[in-house]
Amino acid sequence: MSKERVVYPYVPNSVPEIKAEMMKEVGVTDIMELYEEIPEHLKYKQRLNLPEPLVDEYSVRRHVEGLLNKNKNCSEYTSFLGAGCARHFVPAVCDEINGRGEFLTAYVGESWADHGKWQSLFEYASLIGELLDMDVTSCPVYDGYQAAASALRMAGRVNGRKEVLLPESIDPDMLKVIRNYLGGAPNPILDIVMVGLDKKTGLMDLKELKAKLSAKTAAVFIENPTYLGYFETQAEEIGKMAKAAGADFVVSCDPISLGVVAPPAQYGATIACGDFHPLGIHMQCGGGQGGFIATHDDMKYIAEFKDLMFGLTETVKEGEWGFGEVLFDRTSYGSREKGKEFTGTTTGLWAVTAAVYLSLMGPKGMAEVGQTIMQRSQYAAAKISQLKGVELAFPKNPFFKEFVVDFTMTGKTVAEINKGLLEYKIFGGKDLSSPGSDKAQRALFCVTEATTQEDIDKLVYALASVIR
Amino acid sequence: MGMDKNTLLRKFHQARWDEEIIFELSVPGERGILVPRAEPGVVAEVGDGLAALPKSLKRKKPPALPEVNQMKVNRHYMRLSQETLGTDVNIDISQGTCTMKYSPKVQEHLVARHPGITEIHPLQDEDTLQGILEMYYKFEQFLKEISGLDYFSMQPGGGAHGVFTNASIIRAYHASRGDRKRDEIITTMFSHPCDAATPFTAGYKVITLMPDENGYPDLRAMKAALSERTAGIFITNPEDTGIYNPRIEEYVNAAHEVGALCSYDQANANGMLGIARAREAGFDLCHFNVHKTFSSPHGCMGPAMGAQGVRAVLKDFLPVPRVEYDGKRYYLNYNLPHSIGKTRSFYGNAPIVVRAYAWIMQHGAEGLREVAECSVLNNNYMEKKLRAIPGVVVWYAEGKRRLEQVRYSWEKLQQDTGVGTGDVMRRMADYGIQHYWTSHHPWVVPEPFTLEPCESYSKADIDEYCAVLAQVSKEAYEDPEFVKNAPYNLPVHNVPAPEINEPERIAVTWRQYQKKKAAKKG
Amino acid sequence: MKKLGFIVNPVAGMGGRVGLKGSDGAEILKLARELGAKPEAPGRALEALKIISGLKDKIEIITYPHEMGQEECREAGFEPRVIGAIESGRTTPEDTMEAARLMAAEKVDLILFAGGDGTARNIYNAVGERVPTLGIPAGVKIHSGVYAVNPKGAGQVCAMFLDGKLLNIREAEVMDIDEDAFREGVVTAKLYGYLRVPEERRYVQSVKSGGVLAEKEALVSIVSEVVDQMTENPETYFIIGPGTTTRNIMTDLKLQNTLLGVDVVKGKKLVANDVAEARIWELIQGQPAKIVVTIIGGQGHVFGRGNQQLSPRIIREVGKSNIVIIATKEKLTSLQGRPLLVDTGDEELNDELSGYLRVTTGYGDYVMYQVGYN
Repeated sequence: MSKERVVYPYVPNSVPEIKAEMMKEVGVTDIMELYEEIPEHLKYKQRLNLPEPLVDEYSVRRHVEGLLNKNKNCSEYTSFLGAGCARHFVPAVCDEINGRGEFLTAYVGESWADHGKWQSLFEYASLIGELLDMDVTSCPVYDGYQAAASALRMAGRVNGRKEVLLPESIDPDMLKVIRNYLGGAPNPILDIVMVGLDKKTGLMDLKELKAKLSAKTAAVFIENPTYLGYFETQAEEIGKMAKAAGADFVVSCDPISLGVVAPPAQYGATIACGDFHPLGIHMQCGGGQGGFIATHDDMKYIAEFKDLMFGLTETVKEGEWGFGEVLFDRTSYGSREKGKEFTGTTTGLWAVTAAVYLSLMGPKGMAEVGQTIMQRSQYAAAKISQLKGVELAFPKNPFFKEFVVDFTMTGKTVAEINKGLLEYKIFGGKDLSSPGSDKAQRALFCVTEATTQEDIDKLVYALASVIR
Repeated sequence: MGMDKNTLLRKFHQARWDEEIIFELSVPGERGILVPRAEPGVVAEVGDGLAALPKSLKRKKPPALPEVNQMKVNRHYMRLSQETLGTDVNIDISQGTCTMKYSPKVQEHLVARHPGITEIHPLQDEDTLQGILEMYYKFEQFLKEISGLDYFSMQPGGGAHGVFTNASIIRAYHASRGDRKRDEIITTMFSHPCDAATPFTAGYKVITLMPDENGYPDLRAMKAALSERTAGIFITNPEDTGIYNPRIEEYVNAAHEVGALCSYDQANANGMLGIARAREAGFDLCHFNVHKTFSSPHGCMGPAMGAQGVRAVLKDFLPVPRVEYDGKRYYLNYNLPHSIGKTRSFYGNAPIVVRAYAWIMQHGAEGLREVAECSVLNNNYMEKKLRAIPGVVVWYAEGKRRLEQVRYSWEKLQQDTGVGTGDVMRRMADYGIQHYWTSHHPWVVPEPFTLEPCESYSKADIDEYCAVLAQVSKEAYEDPEFVKNAPYNLPVHNVPAPEINEPERIAVTWRQYQKKKAAKKG
Repeated sequence: MKKLGFIVNPVAGMGGRVGLKGSDGAEILKLARELGAKPEAPGRALEALKIISGLKDKIEIITYPHEMGQEECREAGFEPRVIGAIESGRTTPEDTMEAARLMAAEKVDLILFAGGDGTARNIYNAVGERVPTLGIPAGVKIHSGVYAVNPKGAGQVCAMFLDGKLLNIREAEVMDIDEDAFREGVVTAKLYGYLRVPEERRYVQSVKSGGVLAEKEALVSIVSEVVDQMTENPETYFIIGPGTTTRNIMTDLKLQNTLLGVDVVKGKKLVANDVAEARIWELIQGQPAKIVVTIIGGQGHVFGRGNQQLSPRIIREVGKSNIVIIATKEKLTSLQGRPLLVDTGDEELNDELSGYLRVTTGYGDYVMYQVGYN
């Protein structure tokens, strides 16, 4: 126990005189009198076994910086990692705005007290709506995986059916989230049926899809681009098949591609979803994720959103507008009210950041960034596949920012290769190989507008050395 | 200078910019930022890159995003930030159960500016992530100590998400024992709605207990509700009323007797740090809102974290990966064969771990104790002052001490003057204080308001806050209509019909608004 | 310009001050007057009118002659349009009914009336649910839910309604009190009908409270739960008690409904409407059956305030575990912790039903609520 009581900068009433004054006011001599409602045997009598504190700011800063310095980061290393999180360029204004104390520390103020926050969130919805070419979206969810899971449950509520069809190429982590989220006690809320891939193309096997579509199908789901980076070029066809079966077509897309790539609305998606972390947000070890769900302006769908939706409306003053919560009588339009999912604090600050990003980029910026990404990733794929023993796993498939490289013929495992690349200060692609050295050695490489030609050339050079 | 020292009232006026919607600021041709372009060498190799796109996947029309120069974008959002009453700029005692404490700027600068957190990818080689993994591991040890439970996951992205993850674990636990009968969860009216909504999402039927005459959840009702169909109980203690239920063990024991698990919603943990723990009360699972108790800012409603903890018997069900230590290095363990899988991508909101770790490192055992004691002292000090304000009533627990928050009622004010909690809420913001939070629905306590003066607020802050409420009460007795027509000093006036009920009025995006406007004209 | 119909029952509440219960019937009225009873209603009515006097240039008031409204309006500073004819000093329930009928014909936006349970029944008989109505309480202990808490409250809600401010319109119970029995100290109230009453929104929506169903949605959710049970039990007779909450079930199934009576459904098809006790007994002999009831009356009765057809023998035959009580959480909260009451007429049965029962408050959503005092 420290001899001198510390006055903590973040605990103003730890000043002994103030504390005493307040205790007197409240009528206690011992602070523990305030806890008299807790039975003695439930009180924790020991001292919490926590490290001795670093009470001065310099020391704690130095300590934490020391820990953060132990990490190698992607501004000193070149990263080719993707798989749900990728390094994209973050405009300074994005950091400027999400660093504003008012935004950083706001919470649940109503629309007339936090007008700026609500306007920013309305603008986020509007901007992402334009990107997706859809009229309706809600406050964001935790990440793209949650968005996919909730979009599937939403489809189930819209059409009352009980089965969802997912492609076998689906991001395995997304599948984990979906499986848990669609589970029930004891029977699942929605049944999951996987649809296989065409062995040659890696695309969804449409024959199998046809066989598995039925009157039970609530939704057909695809990622576009897929987890493995290439586009599901049959998307339009899949959408038509889903529609013919009376099912919803749920598509998870990459928003930073939508300046050049068609948004899901263009090829028949009824619900679009995805992760908006590429829109002006730092990777933060996966802490920058944020999910969106969007639909067309159809009351049947609007009624099934689980999260807050704020709409433009008038205040009491004529000509002045503000924001109000959309809480219409969903019963008239919605499914029998079997209950939505839950809602809560999600990723508001990132939504504001995405709004700033899209405002800065405009249509031209989005077109340019999409093109740059495609050019550079195609360049990387071309150069890498020129290396001896190295092949593209799906050479014929057009892709956006990620592609699978097959290293089997090099005789080296991806694990070995990636360890070797570290010497060159490069993070190689995500290891997709199954355990066992007899298995194919594949890695998922990601190239964005933050990766220069020089970076790519260095990678090729390094790979060449490592696989020798 | 400054506010009146006698009345403690400020002549506050929020910035009012009459700011357009960003789309209205668009000037065709303007650029907000220029984007890296492919180098000549790249172009030479692959051409325009877009030829690879099949026709059906080529975007037909460019997105109708606004075209705005950079200074204007910056100015626009700066102005909007000024029209937001974040905790940084006001005495945010108002948001009861949200624990709006000060997020130390040293932490904010570290997580926003240090590339060791901003520029790391979660799938990097573990040897290159030893710093962040160490913080995850150590933070887990801190939470174990604070709660007494055995294992924690930082994966859930918010408090409700933490409770949902607990519901998923309870579900997996019973399933693993072949018990398919359990399809019910019990919770209480004064718990957060997520304690009902998340188990419901997980597929459970939910039975809610009403409060008894003392404000505790009705124990006899619980015993009547428990059966072999009960999978678990979800309880908060203290509940949103700030009252600690001294018989909490009886509830836990009753649940255990029927084979149900007990999950402790510790969103209201701020007053309990180092004082009482989940373990001793018998709980099997718990969760903390790390962005509340452990100082991360609330960020316009996220990002957030609901760290959830379990006893050893439930370890196998935790989501993957877990951060573990072999004595030499930290690593990610994906190998939990009975895991529920995942509830969020990667391993959670890493920057929040950094902040919480730093915060606990700055305080230590004594510091956390001080935090808890001061938050409870602040609350009791404030309660005494508020009881003296005409129109305020405090329900339940007469003569008993509350912990870190209180649910008050303006019932008397409403009866005397017609001014209710919604009106007071709008008028108080005119004095530069964020409006308070009332209560979850349905309102058991009438005309409610729930306040939490956590340890960040000084005695002077609390005095000013109470002075504002006293002033509004005075105004209500003298001129109720004036209070009812508030606010006057904020960016916009009251929105009279905050619930948009008719389809014709729903405009959640600018494009939807434009379409409806055109339709009305036509 | 909004039109307000205004009716005062001048003799309501006259019994109270002189220790009589109710003042229905010429005999009781005569007795009350002899005991020195003075009219209560006019003063209460005036209190309410004063609150809305600020709107006098914005609304048209239509009222009945002399002490049935005209006098009170004048005193509050209004210039009402007077319709109808009465015998001053000798007003009757028929006068109240005629007044309401005429005002409905005039297409008033609201009928504001001062009186007690009897007055409420008169208004109901005259206009049913065709016109919104609001009561200024002037009687002895009032059982009908159509009255504001006090005259000031009535005035405030009326003012808001006429001013175009957003309000709920809810269906409020009109109760039939057996006044003679009441005077003997026995309360036998029965559901008589429903009137549409504006109510101020006392709930302030809050961003943080997200995720909770509004009352309307809760009702639909409850219906989903019951209908699901019907689907799972196609051979079970569902005996649907009276009330607006239970009516939603019938509406959802697109079946004919008796608001004040008991209906029987099996396999989601209508078996019988408005059945008497004997018929129910006949139907459920040896058959699986469930009773679906809701809360009637301000005191929280589940049995005994309008569903007397559900006799003790029927309740026993169905069995305690097959009683489905439906109500929203809001409704339960409004009981302020008081238990639900069962008054089947059979003391022993009442005891058996006491304890804690599950109330269905939504789909897969229940509250464990206390029934009976113990």
